[in-house]
Amino acid sequence: MSIIYFLIGCSIILALVFLGAFFWAQRHGQHDDLYTPSVRILLDDQPAEETKK
Amino acid sequence: MAIDTITQSTCYHCGNDCTEGHYEFDQKSFCCVGCRGVYQVLSQSGLCNYYTYNDHPGANRARIDKRFEYLDEPKIVNDLIDYTDDKITVVTLYIPYIHCSSCIWLLEQLNRINPAIYYSRIDFLKKQINVRFSNDGMNLRQLVELLFDIGYEPLISLQDVVKKQVTGQKDNLVRKIAVAGFCFGNVMLISFPEYLGLSEYEQTFRQFFGWLNILFSLPVVFSGGTEYFVSAWNNLRNKVLNIDFPLALGIAVLFIRTLAEILLHTGPGFADTLCGLVFFLLVGKFVQRKTYYHISFERDYRSFFPVAVQVMEEGKERPLPLSELKVGQRIRIRHNEIIPADAILLQGEALIDFSFVTGESVPVSKTLGEVVYAGGRQTGEALELEVIKPVSQSYLTQLWNNEAFTRQQDNRMRTFSETVSKYFSIVLLLVAFGSLFFWISTDLARGLSAFTAVLIVACPCALALSTPFTMSAALSIFDRNFFYLKNTAVVEQLARINTIVLDKTGTITTGGGINAIAKHAEFTDLEKQIIYSLCSNSSHPLSRQICQVMGEQPRLNISSYQEIPGKGISAWVNGHQVKIGSASFMHKGVDVNAGTEVHIMIDDNYCGAFIFKQSFRNGLKEIFGLKPQYKFYLLSGDQDHERKAMAEFFGEDGYMHFKKSPQEKLDFVKSLQLADRKVMMIGDGLNDSGALKQSDLGVAITDDVNNFSPGSDAILDGKSLCKLPAFFRFSKDTVNIIHISFLISLTYNLIGLSYAVTGNLSPLFAAILMPLSTATIISFTSIATHVAAKKRKLL
Repeated sequence: MSIIYFLIGCSIILALVFLGAFFWAQRHGQHDDLYTPSVRILLDDQPAEETKK
Repeated sequence: MAIDTITQSTCYHCGNDCTEGHYEFDQKSFCCVGCRGVYQVLSQSGLCNYYTYNDHPGANRARIDKRFEYLDEPKIVNDLIDYTDDKITVVTLYIPYIHCSSCIWLLEQLNRINPAIYYSRIDFLKKQINVRFSNDGMNLRQLVELLFDIGYEPLISLQDVVKKQVTGQKDNLVRKIAVAGFCFGNVMLISFPEYLGLSEYEQTFRQFFGWLNILFSLPVVFSGGTEYFVSAWNNLRNKVLNIDFPLALGIAVLFIRTLAEILLHTGPGFADTLCGLVFFLLVGKFVQRKTYYHISFERDYRSFFPVAVQVMEEGKERPLPLSELKVGQRIRIRHNEIIPADAILLQGEALIDFSFVTGESVPVSKTLGEVVYAGGRQTGEALELEVIKPVSQSYLTQLWNNEAFTRQQDNRMRTFSETVSKYFSIVLLLVAFGSLFFWISTDLARGLSAFTAVLIVACPCALALSTPFTMSAALSIFDRNFFYLKNTAVVEQLARINTIVLDKTGTITTGGGINAIAKHAEFTDLEKQIIYSLCSNSSHPLSRQICQVMGEQPRLNISSYQEIPGKGISAWVNGHQVKIGSASFMHKGVDVNAGTEVHIMIDDNYCGAFIFKQSFRNGLKEIFGLKPQYKFYLLSGDQDHERKAMAEFFGEDGYMHFKKSPQEKLDFVKSLQLADRKVMMIGDGLNDSGALKQSDLGVAITDDVNNFSPGSDAILDGKSLCKLPAFFRFSKDTVNIIHISFLISLTYNLIGLSYAVTGNLSPLFAAILMPLSTATIISFTSIATHVAAKKRKLL
């Protein structure tokens, strides 16, 4: 059953990676604005040629 | 053709009715030149999609005067921008008008209008735009003018509201929650084998898991827990027992006992209870902290005043930052601009609207050489003035030197939980030491175990969570009803109020000035011409309004014109003797109604009157339904000519106070407080600032929360004033909910204690009890708040 030591080590390292990813996102301001992106995604991009109509 | 008639009625840009004028472009109707201008700018850049996402997304552009010369002044620019080098500049601007998806779309396409803009991003909730532009292509003034041209005028104020809030709160609470949550999850997983039972030959795992648990507890205690230790210590030094004391004690005891049990191989410890406790506490803290990014509660006169003022120097005008304005300088104030400092009028016809400063609803005309106090808004032609006092020492701004603005505000609101936790801590310590001394004579180990167990199990986690969760739920209910509270303590304060003081202009009445003119007469064309001719000769505000009502009329000859101040005007017009003025001026019995009246008499025949009525806000009746329990006072800076109309609401004269200066308002609130009343002040203007600050709960009322409102504890949207009684009842419900949830959590504590005092507290029991009580409290408070809000029809 010593495999447990290895498995627990793996799981903790994996969890630490996710925690690190969260910190990274936090530091880069990904959580600063939680509303605008939800609206932005609904707005269509227009091809540049079509604009002069 | 049929389509044309339909589209003609409303403006394509802003959706207003095209009543005053009608402008066309691209077969679309616009209500004013401004709206058409915006459309032209957008259509030239191919940005007409703006109109497809929402109907009439634009703001009305009736006012089209640009005044951004001051943005050429490097000193002002440097205060506003975030970053600049020789190539690019980054700036964040606050645009109150941002309100829909069209706004986001358009403002993020700015570089299609001007390619010098590299990047523009909207933060919708904060109503901010972040722009990066090339210094070669444009400067800040051009950027602001571009935003103005497309209908999004930024609000530029040196006391920059938005930026200050962003820098204010950086204590890494989210990070601490992440760490605590991470450790809590892992520790719980690792503790399971112990709870399920480990067999003899698995004893090595027990040690391994124990060490891991200690490892995971360390960051939780030393990152998340430290603030509780610090706060408890500070409070103890100030001889205050607040809820942080038992919490810090609980955290410390949990950690030490876990450490001891694992190191001495006597048990598995309480690591999961410890991590769970800190995690839930931090979440509670997070929930309690609600911020309205786009609303500021801390505004003072500086955000009401402009950033810069036009100064006349050697015959030339140049913009000067307000902070550098000195005594003796000559300033130029144009239509709709605010006079920033006490000054002497040198040139121009001054007609100044002081409604926001004094509560006086009628614009005041000033003669040359007279002192004009700061804060008034000029309506009419440009003025030239000489400054006689610095901005910070003018008549208006002196109010901010009052002690009400400088004293510490901490003790103003005492919350229920603060009161309870004092007694809770004392009882907790008594029980803990009691059980220690009970066992110590027979069994030292058992005594210590009972002592620590009591401190662990009675750790008031649920108690600490019940207030934040109830309050934040209540806050979002208020928020839905357009009542924005500064923080959660305000809800409890609201429940304690028993006296309501109301301002008149702008609070009970809508808008700044007189809105409704009732014509109590039918006039013939000739009479209209006579009235118009006479009134156009007078500069009295009421005369001007009458002129507006009459519309453009041919002017007739006037002779022996006389104006008696405070009474009226009389003259001979085309051979008719005409008198226009107050009732006493008519020398004839005339019915006196509520409001300001102007009567008209031509050749001794009474023709009727104009009645200037201030329109009241909706729902005043509902508010005064609170009357027996709540006392109402009127505190107005205005003249008392509406005393009669107000008496209907306030009753006797003792409850109405007119002609009060800002300082007198503050003193009046203070005198009520000395008589042991809990005072809620509702006001809207700068003249109420002192009273709002002094009162137990200052509420600023406004028709648009993004507009300027004086510093206060809460901001109420004018249309929700009628819900005030419901707000009061709901706040009382909320306090009741907190009381009940305190009872529930105390019950849990008692159950736990009954085990703990015997010294036989198993870690599994603690690990179940703590999250269970927390879950009960959170679900109870949110459901109960919801139900209460439904009952009060706030949801």
